[in-house]
Amino acid sequence: MNLALLLGLAAVLSLLPAGKLPISVQRWLLPLAVALLGVAIWHGACALTQTTIFPTPLESFAAIFELARSSRLWNDVVASLFRVTWGFGLAALVGIPLGLWIGWRTRSFLAFNPLVQGFRPISPIAWIPIAILWFGIGDISAIFLIFLASIFPIVVGTTAAVQNIPQVYVRSASNFGLTGFELFRRVVLPAAMPQIITSLRIALGVAWLVIVAAEMVGMQSGLGYLVSDARNMGKRYDLVVAAMILIGLIGIVLDVLVRQLQNFDEVRWGFAKR
Amino acid sequence: MSTTGQPKVRFERVTKDFERRGEALRVLDPIDLVVEAGEFVCLLGPSGCGKSTLLNIAGGFEAPSSGRVVIDGEAVQGPSPQRVFVFQEYGIFPWASVWDNVGLGLRALAKDLQYERIQATIDLVGLTGFEKSYPMELSGGMKQRVGVARALAVSPDVIYMDEPFGALDSLTRLTMRAELIRIWQTRKPTILFVTHDVDESIQLADRVVVFSPRPGRIAGIVEVDLPHPRDLGSSRYGEIKNQLYELLGVRHSV
Repeated sequence: MNLALLLGLAAVLSLLPAGKLPISVQRWLLPLAVALLGVAIWHGACALTQTTIFPTPLESFAAIFELARSSRLWNDVVASLFRVTWGFGLAALVGIPLGLWIGWRTRSFLAFNPLVQGFRPISPIAWIPIAILWFGIGDISAIFLIFLASIFPIVVGTTAAVQNIPQVYVRSASNFGLTGFELFRRVVLPAAMPQIITSLRIALGVAWLVIVAAEMVGMQSGLGYLVSDARNMGKRYDLVVAAMILIGLIGIVLDVLVRQLQNFDEVRWGFAKR
Repeated sequence: MSTTGQPKVRFERVTKDFERRGEALRVLDPIDLVVEAGEFVCLLGPSGCGKSTLLNIAGGFEAPSSGRVVIDGEAVQGPSPQRVFVFQEYGIFPWASVWDNVGLGLRALAKDLQYERIQATIDLVGLTGFEKSYPMELSGGMKQRVGVARALAVSPDVIYMDEPFGALDSLTRLTMRAELIRIWQTRKPTILFVTHDVDESIQLADRVVVFSPRPGRIAGIVEVDLPHPRDLGSSRYGEIKNQLYELLGVRHSV
């Protein structure tokens, strides 16, 4: 209990002078202080309820170190990232051209959009039996599920991106005689690119989000497998929470990475604050 | 006068109707107008009088409901690099550098010719040193210089300008008008320039075509017989201004 009070106090104290600090410091300090406050509440709740099953923050962080020492952690992270990379990569490879086509051609939009909207709300979890039926137990099933989860944000986002291209760009292009592939390469694609990047960012978040579900297809590795394995093998809830924290942290790193795409000269205009 | 007397753009009984809730809405009553080669003509009128629609029809972006626009003896069927549009805002591509924007219409030329033309046009509009900049790094006035340069680069016969300086502050607007006149005198394209600013039309045009409110009709045509650079304080300037206000049906005093 004392630890909880101490942590909470530290969090509140660090927030008090925050308004006077430069924004670059606040950007780090504020989320850290809020996280610290959350940990304090978590610890306090554990102490109050005197639970013996749910792990305290300390036990959870200890579990992370236990995983790190056993080399299992590294294998699980790599296995999960491998599946997400393939599933997401294939989704981008298929989804971007598909979205461009559906967005550009009115008739392909009429034909395919209802289908896209109908498949979109089906949870990847519902696909698990079919994935196993088609691809068996293994990486391909997991990759297929991640592919399914991430292709829809990409297709829908890219379609909207193309449809939202201002008329003035298309008119300028036709005024200077741009047609066919050249019109596409010089105007349609670059005009849609900022919104495509945003949809990729959302899709990567979703791909990582479904990693736990995707590894329910009988995988024997990965952070998602770690979650279900730790529960089944002797109710190691400290490992469950440790895996959850790791999934969250890696998710932040992935988002920061994909956000770097916004810094290219050709797309910076789409993200500038006006 | 600076014109050659050769007819360049001819509007023949051009009308436009838009459909709104199943009803035809007349935007333009039959318009007849001849613009001579090398002439600078302003289309002046209140918002919604159809002057921009007329320009879009001339540019080939919209089809007239009846009548036709004839350029060099041929009816306009669609947009062409011989007749280039400068849009009010955002017409240039924000994803391309100044250099690539200006080179947009020169893709068919040999590389060294392209290079020469792009640099010459950038120099002409006063953007030397900004070749590698992107539009978001430029001021409003400079962006519009890029738009003008992109149009000039293809040496068009006709340039259509749809309130190109409308988004600029009043001081930049004055500079841009002077620049436009300088460039026009260098290259001598035919310019059709849409504006709702009376002063702008007197400062730029050889002739001002005044439009009545919807449905758009030509209320009158005023010749601006003042040599460039124009003295904005001269009595003739004031006379023309009064004449235009009268045609617009607005009182000249507040």
